[in-house]
Amino acid sequence: MIRVVLPHHLRTLARVGNEVQVELNGSVTVRGVLDALELQYPALRGTIRDHETKKRRPLVRFFACGEDISHEPLDAPLPDAIANGTEPFFIMGAIAGG
Amino acid sequence: MSGVRLLVGTRKGAFILTSDGKRKNWKVDGPHFAGWEIYHMKGSPADPDRIYASQTSAWFGQIIQRSDDGGKSWNTPGGGPATNPQGMPTGESNKFVYAGVPGTHQWYDGTQHPWEFKRVWHLEPSLRDPNHVFAGVEDAALFESRDGGGTWQELSGLRKHDTGPKWQPGAGGMCLHTILLDPANEKRMSVAISAAGAFRTDDGGKTWKPINRGLHSQYIPDPMAEVGHCVHRIAMHPSRPKTLFMQKHWDVMRSDDAGDSWREVSGNLPSDFGFPVDVHAHEPETIYVVPIKSDSEHFPPDGKLRVYRSRTGGNEWEELTKGLPQRDCYVNVLRDAMSVDSLDRCGVYFGTTGGQVYASANGGDSWEPIVRDLPAVLSVEVQTLK
Repeated sequence: MIRVVLPHHLRTLARVGNEVQVELNGSVTVRGVLDALELQYPALRGTIRDHETKKRRPLVRFFACGEDISHEPLDAPLPDAIANGTEPFFIMGAIAGG
Repeated sequence: MSGVRLLVGTRKGAFILTSDGKRKNWKVDGPHFAGWEIYHMKGSPADPDRIYASQTSAWFGQIIQRSDDGGKSWNTPGGGPATNPQGMPTGESNKFVYAGVPGTHQWYDGTQHPWEFKRVWHLEPSLRDPNHVFAGVEDAALFESRDGGGTWQELSGLRKHDTGPKWQPGAGGMCLHTILLDPANEKRMSVAISAAGAFRTDDGGKTWKPINRGLHSQYIPDPMAEVGHCVHRIAMHPSRPKTLFMQKHWDVMRSDDAGDSWREVSGNLPSDFGFPVDVHAHEPETIYVVPIKSDSEHFPPDGKLRVYRSRTGGNEWEELTKGLPQRDCYVNVLRDAMSVDSLDRCGVYFGTTGGQVYASANGGDSWEPIVRDLPAVLSVEVQTLK
Protein backbone atom coordinates (compact mmCIF):
# COMPACT_ATOMS: atom_id res chain seq x y z
CA MET A 1 0.00 0.00 0.00
CA ILE A 2 1.50 3.32 -1.12
CA ARG A 3 0.50 6.51 0.66
CA VAL A 4 0.10 9.57 -1.57
CA VAL A 5 -0.38 13.17 -0.45
CA LEU A 6 -2.08 15.36 -3.04
CA PRO A 7 -2.07 19.16 -3.33
CA HIS A 8 -5.17 20.90 -2.04
CA HIS A 9 -6.81 21.55 -5.41
CA LEU A 10 -6.50 17.94 -6.50
CA ARG A 11 -7.95 16.75 -3.20
CA THR A 12 -11.05 18.84 -3.80
CA LEU A 13 -11.24 17.67 -7.40
CA ALA A 14 -11.02 14.00 -6.44
CA ARG A 15 -13.08 14.60 -3.29
CA VAL A 16 -10.56 12.96 -0.99
CA GLY A 17 -8.82 13.87 2.24
CA ASN A 18 -5.20 14.75 2.94
CA GLU A 19 -3.84 11.37 1.99
CA VAL A 20 -4.92 8.55 -0.30
CA GLN A 21 -3.65 5.00 -0.56
CA VAL A 22 -3.08 3.08 -3.76
CA GLU A 23 -2.17 -0.52 -4.45
CA LEU A 24 0.61 -1.32 -6.92
CA ASN A 25 0.90 -4.62 -8.69
CA GLY A 26 4.36 -4.07 -10.11
CA SER A 27 7.48 -2.24 -9.03
CA VAL A 28 7.20 0.90 -6.94
CA THR A 29 8.12 3.75 -9.27
CA VAL A 30 6.75 7.20 -9.96
CA ARG A 31 5.12 5.89 -13.12
CA GLY A 32 3.56 3.01 -11.20
CA VAL A 33 2.21 5.30 -8.49
CA LEU A 34 0.70 7.70 -11.04
CA ASP A 35 -0.82 4.87 -13.06
CA ALA A 36 -2.45 3.45 -9.93
CA LEU A 37 -3.58 6.87 -8.76
CA GLU A 38 -5.25 7.71 -12.08
CA LEU A 39 -6.88 4.30 -12.22
CA GLN A 40 -8.40 4.81 -8.81
CA TYR A 41 -9.26 8.48 -9.32
CA PRO A 42 -9.85 9.06 -13.06
CA ALA A 43 -10.79 12.69 -12.43
CA LEU A 44 -7.06 13.26 -11.82
CA ARG A 45 -6.08 12.19 -15.33
CA GLY A 46 -4.46 15.07 -17.13
CA THR A 47 -3.99 17.15 -14.00
CA ILE A 48 -0.59 15.76 -12.91
CA ARG A 49 0.77 14.72 -16.29
CA ASP A 50 -0.32 15.12 -19.87
CA HIS A 51 -3.00 12.71 -21.08
CA GLU A 52 -1.08 11.65 -24.16
CA THR A 53 2.63 12.24 -23.59
CA LYS A 54 2.50 11.41 -19.85
CA LYS A 55 4.89 14.32 -19.35
CA ARG A 56 4.70 15.92 -15.89
CA ARG A 57 2.90 19.25 -15.90
CA PRO A 58 5.50 22.02 -15.47
CA LEU A 59 4.23 23.34 -12.14
CA VAL A 60 3.81 19.94 -10.50
CA ARG A 61 6.60 18.42 -8.38
CA PHE A 62 7.20 14.98 -6.86
CA PHE A 63 8.87 14.49 -3.47
CA ALA A 64 10.00 11.29 -1.75
CA CYS A 65 11.58 11.23 1.72
CA GLY A 66 12.28 14.96 1.61
CA GLU A 67 13.93 14.89 -1.82
CA ASP A 68 12.64 16.53 -4.98
CA ILE A 69 12.63 13.66 -7.45
CA SER A 70 10.67 15.46 -10.17
CA HIS A 71 13.49 15.10 -12.66
CA GLU A 72 14.42 11.52 -11.82
CA PRO A 73 13.56 8.77 -14.34
CA LEU A 74 9.91 7.75 -14.02
CA ASP A 75 10.88 4.08 -13.81
CA ALA A 76 13.52 4.46 -11.09
CA PRO A 77 12.60 2.56 -7.91
CA LEU A 78 11.23 4.73 -5.13
CA PRO A 79 12.83 4.53 -1.66
CA ASP A 80 11.91 1.60 0.57
CA ALA A 81 10.16 3.95 2.99
CA ILE A 82 7.70 4.87 0.20
CA ALA A 83 7.35 1.25 -0.92
CA ASN A 84 6.54 -0.03 2.56
CA GLY A 85 4.23 2.85 3.44
CA THR A 86 6.39 4.38 6.17
CA GLU A 87 6.60 7.65 4.23
CA PRO A 88 4.05 9.16 1.84
CA PHE A 89 4.79 10.11 -1.75
CA PHE A 90 4.13 13.82 -2.14
CA ILE A 91 2.65 15.44 -5.24
CA MET A 92 2.91 19.20 -4.89
CA GLY A 93 1.95 22.31 -6.79
CA ALA A 94 4.98 24.55 -7.22
CA ILE A 95 4.90 27.84 -5.36
CA ALA A 96 4.62 30.07 -8.37
CA GLY A 97 2.52 32.93 -9.55
CA GLY A 98 2.06 34.73 -6.22
CA MET B 1 -42.72 32.16 -10.97
CA SER B 2 -40.09 33.69 -13.21
CA GLY B 3 -36.60 34.33 -12.03
CA VAL B 4 -33.00 34.62 -13.12
CA ARG B 5 -29.84 32.72 -12.37
CA LEU B 6 -26.47 34.36 -12.94
CA LEU B 7 -23.49 32.12 -13.54
CA VAL B 8 -20.40 34.06 -12.52
CA GLY B 9 -16.92 32.76 -13.26
CA THR B 10 -14.05 34.34 -11.33
CA ARG B 11 -10.31 33.99 -10.84
CA LYS B 12 -10.93 32.02 -7.64
CA GLY B 13 -14.09 30.01 -8.17
CA ALA B 14 -17.66 30.04 -9.43
CA PHE B 15 -20.64 31.83 -7.93
CA ILE B 16 -24.32 31.42 -8.68
CA LEU B 17 -26.56 34.41 -8.01
CA THR B 18 -30.31 33.91 -8.07
CA SER B 19 -33.31 36.17 -7.80
CA ASP B 20 -36.98 36.23 -8.62
CA GLY B 21 -38.30 38.26 -11.54
CA LYS B 22 -38.10 41.52 -9.61
CA ARG B 23 -34.33 41.17 -9.50
CA LYS B 24 -34.05 43.15 -6.28
CA ASN B 25 -33.10 40.52 -3.71
CA TRP B 26 -30.33 38.08 -4.53
CA LYS B 27 -29.05 34.85 -3.08
CA VAL B 28 -25.32 34.29 -3.50
CA ASP B 29 -24.14 30.70 -3.67
CA GLY B 30 -20.45 29.80 -3.78
CA PRO B 31 -17.60 29.62 -4.21
CA HIS B 32 -17.84 26.43 -6.20
CA PHE B 33 -14.45 24.97 -7.18
CA ALA B 34 -12.78 27.38 -4.76
CA GLY B 35 -9.34 28.49 -5.77
CA TRP B 36 -9.67 27.42 -9.41
CA GLU B 37 -10.10 29.84 -12.28
CA ILE B 38 -13.56 29.54 -13.77
CA TYR B 39 -13.30 31.00 -17.23
CA HIS B 40 -16.90 30.42 -18.23
CA MET B 41 -20.16 28.74 -17.26
CA LYS B 42 -23.21 28.44 -19.44
CA GLY B 43 -26.57 26.71 -19.24
CA SER B 44 -28.20 24.71 -21.99
CA PRO B 45 -31.04 26.54 -23.78
CA ALA B 46 -32.73 23.13 -24.15
CA ASP B 47 -32.48 22.24 -20.45
CA PRO B 48 -31.74 25.04 -17.97
CA ASP B 49 -30.75 22.55 -15.29
CA ARG B 50 -27.82 21.48 -17.45
CA ILE B 51 -24.86 23.79 -16.87
CA TYR B 52 -21.31 23.44 -18.10
CA ALA B 53 -18.29 25.06 -16.43
CA SER B 54 -14.70 25.51 -17.54
CA GLN B 55 -12.49 25.05 -14.49
CA THR B 56 -8.81 25.68 -15.13
CA SER B 57 -5.46 26.11 -13.44
CA ALA B 58 -1.93 26.92 -14.57
CA TRP B 59 -0.79 24.11 -12.28
CA PHE B 60 -3.29 21.35 -12.95
CA GLY B 61 -4.73 22.11 -16.36
CA GLN B 62 -8.28 21.93 -17.63
CA ILE B 63 -11.35 20.41 -16.01
CA ILE B 64 -14.89 20.42 -17.40
CA GLN B 65 -17.60 20.36 -14.77
CA ARG B 66 -21.25 19.64 -15.42
CA SER B 67 -24.35 20.16 -13.34
CA ASP B 68 -27.67 18.45 -14.09
CA ASP B 69 -29.60 20.21 -11.33
CA GLY B 70 -29.13 23.90 -11.98
CA GLY B 71 -25.80 24.21 -10.19
CA LYS B 72 -26.66 22.47 -6.92
CA SER B 73 -24.24 19.63 -7.57
CA TRP B 74 -21.44 19.08 -10.08
CA ASN B 75 -19.54 16.23 -11.65
CA THR B 76 -16.73 15.66 -14.10
CA PRO B 77 -18.49 13.72 -16.83
CA GLY B 78 -17.10 10.99 -19.01
CA GLY B 79 -14.71 8.11 -18.65
CA GLY B 80 -17.17 5.45 -17.56
CA PRO B 81 -19.54 5.21 -14.63
CA ALA B 82 -20.33 8.46 -12.89
CA THR B 83 -18.79 7.32 -9.63
CA ASN B 84 -16.67 4.42 -8.48
CA PRO B 85 -17.79 2.13 -5.61
CA GLN B 86 -16.35 4.59 -3.12
CA GLY B 87 -18.46 7.37 -4.60
CA MET B 88 -15.49 9.10 -6.23
CA PRO B 89 -15.94 10.99 -9.51
CA THR B 90 -14.54 9.09 -12.44
CA GLY B 91 -14.65 11.63 -15.23
CA GLU B 92 -11.99 12.26 -17.81
CA SER B 93 -13.78 15.17 -19.36
CA ASN B 94 -10.65 17.28 -19.59
CA LYS B 95 -9.01 15.63 -22.56
CA PHE B 96 -8.64 18.12 -25.40
CA VAL B 97 -6.36 16.74 -28.09
CA TYR B 98 -5.90 18.53 -31.40
CA ALA B 99 -6.78 16.43 -34.44
CA GLY B 100 -3.83 15.11 -36.40
CA VAL B 101 -0.47 16.82 -36.33
CA PRO B 102 -1.11 20.10 -34.51
CA GLY B 103 1.15 22.23 -36.72
CA THR B 104 2.29 25.75 -35.91
CA HIS B 105 0.98 29.30 -35.73
CA GLN B 106 2.68 32.66 -35.54
CA TRP B 107 4.28 33.55 -32.21
CA TYR B 108 4.68 37.02 -30.71
CA ASP B 109 8.13 37.44 -32.29
CA GLY B 110 6.96 36.38 -35.75
CA THR B 111 8.39 32.87 -35.59
CA GLN B 112 6.27 29.74 -35.90
CA HIS B 113 5.17 28.09 -32.64
CA PRO B 114 3.51 24.72 -32.08
CA TRP B 115 -0.18 24.66 -31.25
CA GLU B 116 -0.49 23.86 -27.51
CA PHE B 117 -3.74 23.37 -25.63
CA LYS B 118 -3.96 25.61 -22.55
CA ARG B 119 -7.56 26.08 -21.46
CA VAL B 120 -11.22 26.41 -22.43
CA TRP B 121 -12.29 30.03 -22.65
CA HIS B 122 -15.90 29.61 -23.66
CA LEU B 123 -18.55 26.88 -23.58
CA GLU B 124 -21.54 27.16 -25.90
CA PRO B 125 -24.26 24.55 -25.41
CA SER B 126 -26.27 23.58 -28.47
CA LEU B 127 -29.62 25.30 -28.89
CA ARG B 128 -31.40 21.96 -29.13
CA ASP B 129 -29.52 19.13 -27.40
CA PRO B 130 -28.30 19.46 -23.78
CA ASN B 131 -25.61 16.83 -24.43
CA HIS B 132 -24.15 18.74 -27.36
CA VAL B 133 -21.77 21.54 -26.40
CA PHE B 134 -19.00 23.47 -28.13
CA ALA B 135 -15.77 24.66 -26.49
CA GLY B 136 -13.58 27.51 -27.66
CA VAL B 137 -10.03 26.93 -26.50
CA GLU B 138 -6.54 28.43 -26.28
CA ASP B 139 -4.48 27.86 -28.46
CA ALA B 140 -7.34 28.72 -30.74
CA ALA B 141 -9.48 25.80 -31.82
CA LEU B 142 -13.06 24.65 -31.64
CA PHE B 143 -14.04 21.40 -29.94
CA GLU B 144 -17.40 19.76 -29.48
CA SER B 145 -18.84 17.11 -27.21
CA ARG B 146 -21.95 15.16 -28.06
CA ASP B 147 -22.02 13.16 -24.83
CA GLY B 148 -22.55 15.86 -22.25
CA GLY B 149 -18.91 16.84 -21.89
CA GLY B 150 -17.56 13.34 -21.45
CA THR B 151 -15.38 13.32 -24.55
CA TRP B 152 -14.27 16.09 -26.87
CA GLN B 153 -13.43 16.13 -30.56
CA GLU B 154 -11.88 18.97 -32.50
CA LEU B 155 -13.71 20.55 -35.43
CA SER B 156 -10.34 20.84 -37.07
CA GLY B 157 -11.46 22.46 -40.30
CA LEU B 158 -11.21 25.80 -38.51
CA ARG B 159 -7.66 25.49 -37.22
CA LYS B 160 -6.51 23.90 -40.46
CA HIS B 161 -7.77 26.82 -42.53
CA ASP B 162 -5.07 28.06 -44.94
CA THR B 163 -4.56 31.13 -42.78
CA GLY B 164 -3.88 29.11 -39.57
CA PRO B 165 -0.10 29.56 -39.66
CA LYS B 166 -0.67 33.34 -39.73
CA TRP B 167 -2.80 33.43 -36.59
CA GLN B 168 -1.09 34.98 -33.60
CA PRO B 169 -1.89 35.41 -29.92
CA GLY B 170 -3.26 38.60 -28.46
CA ALA B 171 -2.02 39.86 -25.10
CA GLY B 172 -4.27 37.35 -23.33
CA GLY B 173 -3.21 34.40 -25.45
CA MET B 174 -4.52 32.98 -28.70
CA CYS B 175 -8.02 32.19 -27.56
CA LEU B 176 -11.23 31.27 -29.31
CA HIS B 177 -13.64 33.18 -27.09
CA THR B 178 -16.87 33.71 -29.02
CA ILE B 179 -19.17 31.06 -30.48
CA LEU B 180 -22.44 32.18 -32.09
CA LEU B 181 -24.95 29.53 -33.13
CA ASP B 182 -27.43 30.60 -35.78
CA PRO B 183 -30.93 29.69 -34.54
CA ALA B 184 -32.28 29.79 -38.08
CA ASN B 185 -29.59 27.63 -39.66
CA GLU B 186 -28.16 24.70 -37.73
CA LYS B 187 -25.20 24.48 -40.11
CA ARG B 188 -24.10 28.08 -39.59
CA MET B 189 -21.82 29.12 -36.76
CA SER B 190 -19.50 32.08 -36.26
CA VAL B 191 -16.49 32.24 -33.96
CA ALA B 192 -13.96 34.88 -33.00
CA ILE B 193 -10.30 34.50 -32.12
CA SER B 194 -7.82 36.92 -30.59
CA ALA B 195 -5.87 37.86 -32.61
CA ALA B 196 -6.90 36.13 -35.80
CA GLY B 197 -10.37 37.55 -36.33
CA ALA B 198 -13.81 36.18 -37.05
CA PHE B 199 -14.64 33.02 -39.00
CA ARG B 200 -17.87 31.41 -40.19
CA THR B 201 -18.94 27.95 -41.21
CA ASP B 202 -22.05 27.23 -43.27
CA ASP B 203 -21.63 23.46 -43.28
CA GLY B 204 -21.70 22.55 -39.60
CA GLY B 205 -18.00 23.12 -38.96
CA LYS B 206 -16.37 21.25 -41.82
CA THR B 207 -15.11 24.31 -43.67
CA TRP B 208 -14.64 27.90 -42.53
CA LYS B 209 -13.97 31.27 -44.06
CA PRO B 210 -12.58 34.45 -42.50
CA ILE B 211 -15.26 37.13 -42.17
CA ASN B 212 -13.14 40.20 -41.53
CA ARG B 213 -13.79 42.41 -44.55
CA GLY B 214 -14.21 45.98 -43.41
CA LEU B 215 -12.16 45.60 -40.26
CA HIS B 216 -9.27 48.05 -40.03
CA SER B 217 -6.54 47.45 -37.47
CA GLN B 218 -3.75 49.98 -37.56
CA TYR B 219 -1.58 47.93 -35.21
CA ILE B 220 -0.94 45.12 -37.71
CA PRO B 221 1.34 45.27 -40.79
CA ASP B 222 -1.59 45.23 -43.21
CA PRO B 223 -4.47 47.01 -41.47
CA MET B 224 -6.99 45.44 -43.89
CA ALA B 225 -5.55 41.91 -43.77
CA GLU B 226 -7.77 38.87 -44.22
CA VAL B 227 -6.77 37.66 -40.72
CA GLY B 228 -4.83 39.06 -37.77
CA HIS B 229 -7.49 41.31 -36.25
CA CYS B 230 -7.96 41.32 -32.50
CA VAL B 231 -11.68 40.74 -32.21
CA HIS B 232 -12.77 40.98 -28.58
CA ARG B 233 -16.41 39.92 -28.78
CA ILE B 234 -19.31 39.45 -31.19
CA ALA B 235 -23.00 39.52 -30.24
CA MET B 236 -26.14 38.63 -32.15
CA HIS B 237 -29.87 38.91 -31.52
CA PRO B 238 -31.49 35.52 -32.14
CA SER B 239 -34.27 37.04 -34.25
CA ARG B 240 -31.73 38.60 -36.64
CA PRO B 241 -28.87 36.17 -37.02
CA LYS B 242 -27.41 38.02 -39.99
CA THR B 243 -26.84 41.16 -37.93
CA LEU B 244 -23.70 40.95 -35.85
CA PHE B 245 -22.17 43.51 -33.50
CA MET B 246 -18.47 43.39 -32.76
CA GLN B 247 -16.29 44.99 -30.13
CA LYS B 248 -12.89 44.90 -31.74
CA HIS B 249 -9.66 45.79 -29.91
CA TRP B 250 -10.41 49.29 -31.09
CA ASP B 251 -13.68 50.03 -32.92
CA VAL B 252 -17.26 48.87 -32.49
CA MET B 253 -18.42 47.28 -35.74
CA ARG B 254 -21.64 46.06 -37.33
CA SER B 255 -22.44 43.57 -40.05
CA ASP B 256 -25.83 42.95 -41.66
CA ASP B 257 -24.72 40.10 -43.87
CA ALA B 258 -23.58 37.53 -41.31
CA GLY B 259 -20.08 38.95 -41.22
CA ASP B 260 -19.37 39.12 -44.94
CA SER B 261 -18.77 42.85 -44.52
CA TRP B 262 -18.43 45.17 -41.54
CA ARG B 263 -18.80 48.89 -40.96
CA GLU B 264 -17.77 50.94 -37.96
CA VAL B 265 -20.51 52.18 -35.60
CA SER B 266 -18.36 53.61 -32.79
CA GLY B 267 -19.98 57.04 -33.27
CA ASN B 268 -19.80 59.24 -30.19
CA LEU B 269 -18.30 56.71 -27.76
CA PRO B 270 -15.68 58.28 -25.46
CA SER B 271 -13.38 55.38 -26.36
CA ASP B 272 -14.06 52.64 -28.86
CA PHE B 273 -11.72 50.24 -27.07
CA GLY B 274 -13.45 47.67 -24.89
CA PHE B 275 -14.26 44.04 -24.46
CA PRO B 276 -17.95 43.05 -24.15
CA VAL B 277 -20.83 43.85 -26.45
CA ASP B 278 -24.38 42.59 -26.04
CA VAL B 279 -27.85 43.02 -27.53
CA HIS B 280 -31.11 43.80 -25.71
CA ALA B 281 -33.34 40.73 -25.47
CA HIS B 282 -36.38 42.35 -27.10
CA GLU B 283 -34.91 45.22 -29.14
CA PRO B 284 -32.49 43.95 -31.79
CA GLU B 285 -31.21 47.47 -32.48
CA THR B 286 -30.41 48.20 -28.83
CA ILE B 287 -26.84 47.29 -27.95
CA TYR B 288 -24.49 47.77 -25.01
CA VAL B 289 -20.73 48.27 -24.68
CA VAL B 290 -18.43 49.32 -21.84
CA PRO B 291 -15.77 51.72 -23.14
CA ILE B 292 -12.27 51.23 -21.74
CA LYS B 293 -9.62 53.91 -22.02
CA SER B 294 -7.07 52.04 -24.14
CA ASP B 295 -5.13 48.85 -24.68
CA SER B 296 -2.42 50.26 -22.42
CA GLU B 297 -4.78 51.43 -19.70
CA HIS B 298 -7.45 48.83 -19.07
CA PHE B 299 -9.87 50.94 -17.05
CA PRO B 300 -12.80 53.25 -17.79
CA PRO B 301 -12.06 56.73 -19.15
CA ASP B 302 -11.86 59.38 -16.42
CA GLY B 303 -12.33 56.78 -13.68
CA LYS B 304 -16.08 56.67 -14.45
CA LEU B 305 -17.70 53.29 -14.98
CA ARG B 306 -20.21 53.83 -17.77
CA VAL B 307 -22.18 51.45 -19.89
CA TYR B 308 -23.06 52.89 -23.29
CA ARG B 309 -26.33 52.01 -24.97
CA SER B 310 -27.28 52.58 -28.57
CA ARG B 311 -30.93 52.24 -29.56
CA THR B 312 -30.05 52.69 -33.21
CA GLY B 313 -27.79 49.71 -33.72
CA GLY B 314 -24.69 51.84 -33.22
CA ASN B 315 -23.30 55.29 -34.03
CA GLU B 316 -25.53 57.15 -31.55
CA TRP B 317 -24.71 56.22 -27.97
CA GLU B 318 -26.02 57.35 -24.58
CA GLU B 319 -24.11 56.92 -21.37
CA LEU B 320 -25.73 54.94 -18.57
CA THR B 321 -24.35 55.94 -15.19
CA LYS B 322 -27.13 55.77 -12.60
CA GLY B 323 -25.93 53.51 -9.82
CA LEU B 324 -22.44 53.05 -11.25
CA PRO B 325 -19.32 54.62 -9.66
CA GLN B 326 -18.51 57.93 -11.32
CA ARG B 327 -15.19 58.63 -9.69
CA ASP B 328 -12.01 56.74 -8.82
CA CYS B 329 -13.11 53.58 -10.62
CA TYR B 330 -10.33 51.66 -12.35
CA VAL B 331 -11.77 48.22 -13.00
CA ASN B 332 -12.08 46.42 -16.31
CA VAL B 333 -15.02 44.47 -17.75
CA LEU B 334 -13.82 41.39 -19.64
CA ARG B 335 -15.22 40.05 -22.90
CA ASP B 336 -17.45 37.32 -21.49
CA ALA B 337 -18.57 39.31 -18.46
CA MET B 338 -21.82 40.85 -19.78
CA SER B 339 -25.15 39.18 -20.32
CA VAL B 340 -28.87 39.96 -20.72
CA ASP B 341 -31.96 38.18 -19.47
CA SER B 342 -35.21 37.88 -21.42
CA LEU B 343 -37.75 39.03 -18.84
CA ASP B 344 -40.30 41.62 -19.91
CA ARG B 345 -38.04 44.46 -18.89
CA CYS B 346 -34.74 43.20 -20.13
CA GLY B 347 -32.16 42.76 -17.41
CA VAL B 348 -28.54 43.61 -18.14
CA TYR B 349 -25.65 42.32 -16.04
CA PHE B 350 -21.90 42.70 -15.99
CA GLY B 351 -19.01 41.81 -13.74
CA THR B 352 -15.74 43.63 -13.18
CA THR B 353 -12.15 42.75 -12.45
CA GLY B 354 -12.73 44.43 -9.09
CA GLY B 355 -15.21 41.71 -8.14
CA GLN B 356 -18.45 43.64 -8.50
CA VAL B 357 -21.45 42.26 -10.36
CA TYR B 358 -23.91 44.97 -11.41
CA ALA B 359 -27.50 44.39 -12.44
CA SER B 360 -30.01 46.55 -14.23
CA ALA B 361 -33.62 45.39 -14.22
CA ASN B 362 -34.66 48.16 -16.62
CA GLY B 363 -32.54 47.75 -19.71
CA GLY B 364 -29.66 49.77 -18.33
CA ASP B 365 -31.50 52.87 -17.07
CA SER B 366 -30.21 52.25 -13.53
CA TRP B 367 -27.85 49.80 -11.89
CA GLU B 368 -27.32 48.16 -8.55
CA PRO B 369 -24.46 45.98 -7.36
CA ILE B 370 -25.53 42.43 -6.53
CA VAL B 371 -22.14 41.73 -4.93
CA ARG B 372 -19.14 43.96 -4.50
CA ASP B 373 -16.28 41.82 -3.30
CA LEU B 374 -15.95 38.68 -5.39
CA PRO B 375 -12.61 37.70 -6.95
CA ALA B 376 -11.97 39.26 -10.35
CA VAL B 377 -14.91 38.37 -12.58
CA LEU B 378 -14.05 36.55 -15.81
CA SER B 379 -17.53 35.77 -17.09
CA VAL B 380 -21.21 36.39 -16.47
CA GLU B 381 -24.00 34.41 -18.08
CA VAL B 382 -27.67 34.69 -17.17
CA GLN B 383 -30.39 32.11 -17.37
CA THR B 384 -33.98 33.31 -17.48
CA LEU B 385 -36.07 30.83 -15.53
CA LYS B 386 -39.76 30.46 -16.28
